[in-house]
Amino acid sequence: MKHYEVEILDAKTKEKLCFLDKVEPNATIGEIKSMFHRTHPQWYPARQSIRLDPKGKSLKDEDVLQHLPVGTTATFYFRDLGAQISWVTVFLTEYTGPLVIYLLFYFRVPFIYAAKYDFTTSKHWVVHLACMCHSFHYMKRLLETLFVHRFSHGTMPLRNIFKNCTYYWGFAAWMAYYINHPLYTPPIYGEQQIRLALILFLFCQIGNFSIHIALRNLRPPGSKTRKIPYPTKNPFTWISLLVSCPNYTYELGSWLGFTLMTQCLPVAFFTLVGFIQMTVWAKGKHRSYLKEFRDYPPLRSPIIPFIL
Amino acid sequence: MASSEEDGTVEEKENNNKKRTKSALTTAWLTFYNIAMTAGWLVLAMAMLRFYIKKGTHKGLYRSIARTLKFFQTFALLSPAYRVICLLGIVRTSVIVTGVQVCSRIFMVWLVASSIRQIQNEESVILFLVVWTVTEITRYSYYTFKLLNHLPYFVKWARYNFFIVLYPLGVIGELLSIYAALPFVRRSGMYSMRLPNKYNVSFDYYYCLIIINVTFFPLNFSWIFVLLAVFPQLYFHMLRQRRRVLHGEVIVEKDD
Repeated sequence: MKHYEVEILDAKTKEKLCFLDKVEPNATIGEIKSMFHRTHPQWYPARQSIRLDPKGKSLKDEDVLQHLPVGTTATFYFRDLGAQISWVTVFLTEYTGPLVIYLLFYFRVPFIYAAKYDFTTSKHWVVHLACMCHSFHYMKRLLETLFVHRFSHGTMPLRNIFKNCTYYWGFAAWMAYYINHPLYTPPIYGEQQIRLALILFLFCQIGNFSIHIALRNLRPPGSKTRKIPYPTKNPFTWISLLVSCPNYTYELGSWLGFTLMTQCLPVAFFTLVGFIQMTVWAKGKHRSYLKEFRDYPPLRSPIIPFIL
Repeated sequence: MASSEEDGTVEEKENNNKKRTKSALTTAWLTFYNIAMTAGWLVLAMAMLRFYIKKGTHKGLYRSIARTLKFFQTFALLSPAYRVICLLGIVRTSVIVTGVQVCSRIFMVWLVASSIRQIQNEESVILFLVVWTVTEITRYSYYTFKLLNHLPYFVKWARYNFFIVLYPLGVIGELLSIYAALPFVRRSGMYSMRLPNKYNVSFDYYYCLIIINVTFFPLNFSWIFVLLAVFPQLYFHMLRQRRRVLHGEVIVEKDD
């Protein structure tokens, strides 16, 4: 069996960082990253970006050496992605925050509102309902992170955790402050509005969960395969016929429901910002689906059926 | 086939013509815009000088130029950077940085100086007005001359040196003005919304101004030590440009 030689150069300085000889032809990039890690222990595999061209795209861990357009002496370029943190860690941290923070406001912990309101409860039943919905939502997200989601990338840059936590925790505090405020004003249309909002919220929560389960079942455990999502027997997944990212559609619906339920402007802001971000992600995902799958159903839009 | 090839080249020529007219239009617009802005700020400068010479005091000066100032500062929203975004759909960092500056100027004119009458005779207001006038005349005349391909050295020199003194002075003027406005904002409760209300939100302009002063003030002067917020980046951006333009610093690419 003919062995390969691999040299790894720094993408910016072109300095030779590592030389590996007697590399098996069927070695994967992942294995090469582990070997590189041994010579440079500060660069663990997750923060290595290995590419054929200094300005090119990163090679995937699953790529096999002999199938790459390289000679028997392969030259790769390395870029440091910076400190990495696992997706699971980030998700757990950013979702636990809102759960806890909202409850602090709900129980009217001291120093938030005037002293005479400490540890009192709101007289409006919609406030209790809102707390249950908000807490349910974030507990669902935590459980999905632990048991449902299958991540393509293990890690993301470390600075993301600060950015993401500021966003989630900040908005949670801002919303919770007004909803649980002693001077809170319940929705104008009263019980009708709240009931409609609750139905919308629950419907979309179930829908969102159904999509997450369907996506999980698309991908066998431990693999990173990508397939076109199709509707299953579960009616909540039938929206997949019309949108590429029905999980985002349902998420938008849930927050619209919560906005309607609480009639609180900060919640509306949070919904709007989330919608903008999810639309950007949905459009990107839609584009990559179209690029990857030639037979992608043309009827589908990224996030809102027929519109967006 | 010969005919389709011809069609192809005719189409190409049409496209090229379209592109050329588009860029000619853009250049025409940009030239007009920059000349207009230079002229506008010169008018403001003249008005301010004339007022001061005639009255001997700066009291009432703001009132006299308020409308012209509002017009030209708001007109800056049409700044070429935004035209570039619309035409090409790209947002570069320098555009974001300029965008923040334009927003902060609009904020100072419309939400602080014009709406809080009591501070219009403060020295700090005159300070930032003078700074803005000199900065903008330099900047827009620089762009105008550049577009006309006739850039006098002193204009280039002014653009890359004045800001070193003017920028901190302008910031001081703006912040002192906001500080002076605080008691009036508190008393009048302007731009604020209290609970309870049907939107379940509240906003206190007084605390908002305090937060602006507290976060921007140290950041603006700790640019030497702290590269965190946008204003210091603008300063550094200018310093970098200055070095590149005036001292002809060339970046050498390492070839292997």
